Amino acid sequence: MKRALWVILVMVLLLGASVVVLNLRDEDPLTEAQVSITPELVARGEYLARAGNCMGCHTARGGEPYAGGRGIETPFGTVYSSNLTPDAATGLGNWTPALFWRALHNGRSLDGRLLYPAFPYTNYTLVKREDADALYAYLRSLKPVSQANRAHGLSFPFNTQPALAVWRALYFSPSRPTDDTAKSPEWNRGAYLVQGLGHCNACHGSRNALGATGGALDLGGGLIPMQNWYAPSLSDPHEAAVAEWSPQQIAELLKNGVTSQASVLGPMAEVVGGSTQHLSDTDLRAMSAYLKALPPTRSERGRQPVADSMVLDRGTKLYTQHCADCHGDQGEGVAGIYPALAGNRAVTMASPANLVRVVLEGGFAPSTAGNPRPYGMPPFATVLSAADTSAVLSYVRSAWGNQGAAVPEIEVNRYR
Amino acid sequence: MLRFALLFLLLCAAAGLRAAPQVEDSIAQRVQACTGCHGAQGRAASDGYQPRIAGKPAGYLYHQLLNFRDGRRQYLPMVRLIDPLSDAYLQEMAAYFASLDLPYPPPQAATAPAEALKRGEALALRGDSTRQIPACVQCHGPALTGLAPAIPGLLGLPRDYLNAQLGAWQTGNRRAQSPDCMAQIAKSLSADDVASLSQWLAAQPLPANTKAVNVLPAPLPMPCGGVEVLR
Repeated sequence: MKRALWVILVMVLLLGASVVVLNLRDEDPLTEAQVSITPELVARGEYLARAGNCMGCHTARGGEPYAGGRGIETPFGTVYSSNLTPDAATGLGNWTPALFWRALHNGRSLDGRLLYPAFPYTNYTLVKREDADALYAYLRSLKPVSQANRAHGLSFPFNTQPALAVWRALYFSPSRPTDDTAKSPEWNRGAYLVQGLGHCNACHGSRNALGATGGALDLGGGLIPMQNWYAPSLSDPHEAAVAEWSPQQIAELLKNGVTSQASVLGPMAEVVGGSTQHLSDTDLRAMSAYLKALPPTRSERGRQPVADSMVLDRGTKLYTQHCADCHGDQGEGVAGIYPALAGNRAVTMASPANLVRVVLEGGFAPSTAGNPRPYGMPPFATVLSAADTSAVLSYVRSAWGNQGAAVPEIEVNRYR
Repeated sequence: MLRFALLFLLLCAAAGLRAAPQVEDSIAQRVQACTGCHGAQGRAASDGYQPRIAGKPAGYLYHQLLNFRDGRRQYLPMVRLIDPLSDAYLQEMAAYFASLDLPYPPPQAATAPAEALKRGEALALRGDSTRQIPACVQCHGPALTGLAPAIPGLLGLPRDYLNAQLGAWQTGNRRAQSPDCMAQIAKSLSADDVASLSQWLAAQPLPANTKAVNVLPAPLPMPCGGVEVLR
């Protein structure tokens, strides 16, 4: 009995020690290589901050840019972003380049505290040191804003450092970008941006029960936690794979938020508006090259369940009444203005989440330099009941040769 | 026979026209997302909740769009809808709806007792100097049709909407740029004041000239953030 207790104690100690060791992997000594802050470095940092859309999370609604305080809702509670302005008391004023690099690369704060991965250091760990220094230089150039960080609203045990240490031991290992010499420099640049600062898999990858993604390479699609938008797979031809698109089309969507056959709405409108529209054509083409070359992951689709004829009749009537004026009698849309619904993968893909959200909430593509005055889709939440929404979506998903599954009322209620 | 052939051709032509959506490149077409709730051309009737936006002063409409986007007003469907849009585009939308000069719906019949309506009328036209409450007409114009470009008219709006807005101002759910004069005033109103005001306001017919005035007979009774910004 006593022996068994000893064995358990030793195992616990060993586990604890391995958690600590796993949490301290690949940490550079905090000795300072001097970073000379030049205007060029600041400008590069500003550009990289756009590539990472840092401002998107680190700015509260109506708040000072980069002063933090935006709540990121997660299944474990709300995480509040921190103040990145150079204010000494509440921001990054006392941070050094080495500490900033450690936050990106190792996910640790000024005082060594482990950071929550809502800050996607699982991706930013891939950012090169020279780019981290540029970001640091840019953030130092901002106007200091005195705004204390807000305590996270996480539930137990997720609000403890030991829980975070265990999570990190399981799901986080610092890594550095490696050039794949078999691939073009363009592809490598795209991989660096998509996997690192772009943190595309934060939405376009799936997450397990503890909120961990399948790694920066997984772009197989996922329901965005708490937002109920589905970020489609970028590798599945039934969803949003772009292998068949031209690199120009992909870059155009990321730059303008709209092409002749597609537009972005919801969380991706935020990404295009805050990040990708500001990227250079060279970088957008590099990202396109990487995304085009993603190995396809074809989902198997058998015959899709079709709604019964009464539902489809109701859907047809509602479509004619509310949708056909813009999307056309045959779902053909108007190129670059109102997306076609016939043959549109966003309409037929397995998850109906986005369709429910768009029909009920409406939406605009983002204002961009290439599309400054987007046309809008009206919200129908006050017009269509759950049964109406179910009928019209089931119709749209099975009309004009579309082969998407019917959307039962319960699915409408799930995503509304 | 010829008649049938002609009819057939006409039907085909009509079907052809129907099949291809006609999209004009106009701001009216672009803002169809707004008119879904705010009524055709933004002229929502007084029997619902969503307010009319047609003909409200441009500065006021633009400020409300910014207030939604920046968290000073809370109505998630509005916030989500306009979030991805630039300031310039929001300003264009505001100017478009402000430019519309459309007939108003008949007023809502009041349901409150005469006494409450009297109280509403008194507050709207004369205020209550004992409680330092200015009259609505002191800022919203002598005929309550607004002051261009930043102060809205108060007539032709649903009672439920007026109640909800005054209530939201009292609880801090609706805010404007600082100094937030309307918040100050709303907080000094009692629940009965609010009900009386909304009953009286919603029951008033529009005057012959529904346009916002450009000058007030006297200076504003208190400093107002949004108004100063535009001057």
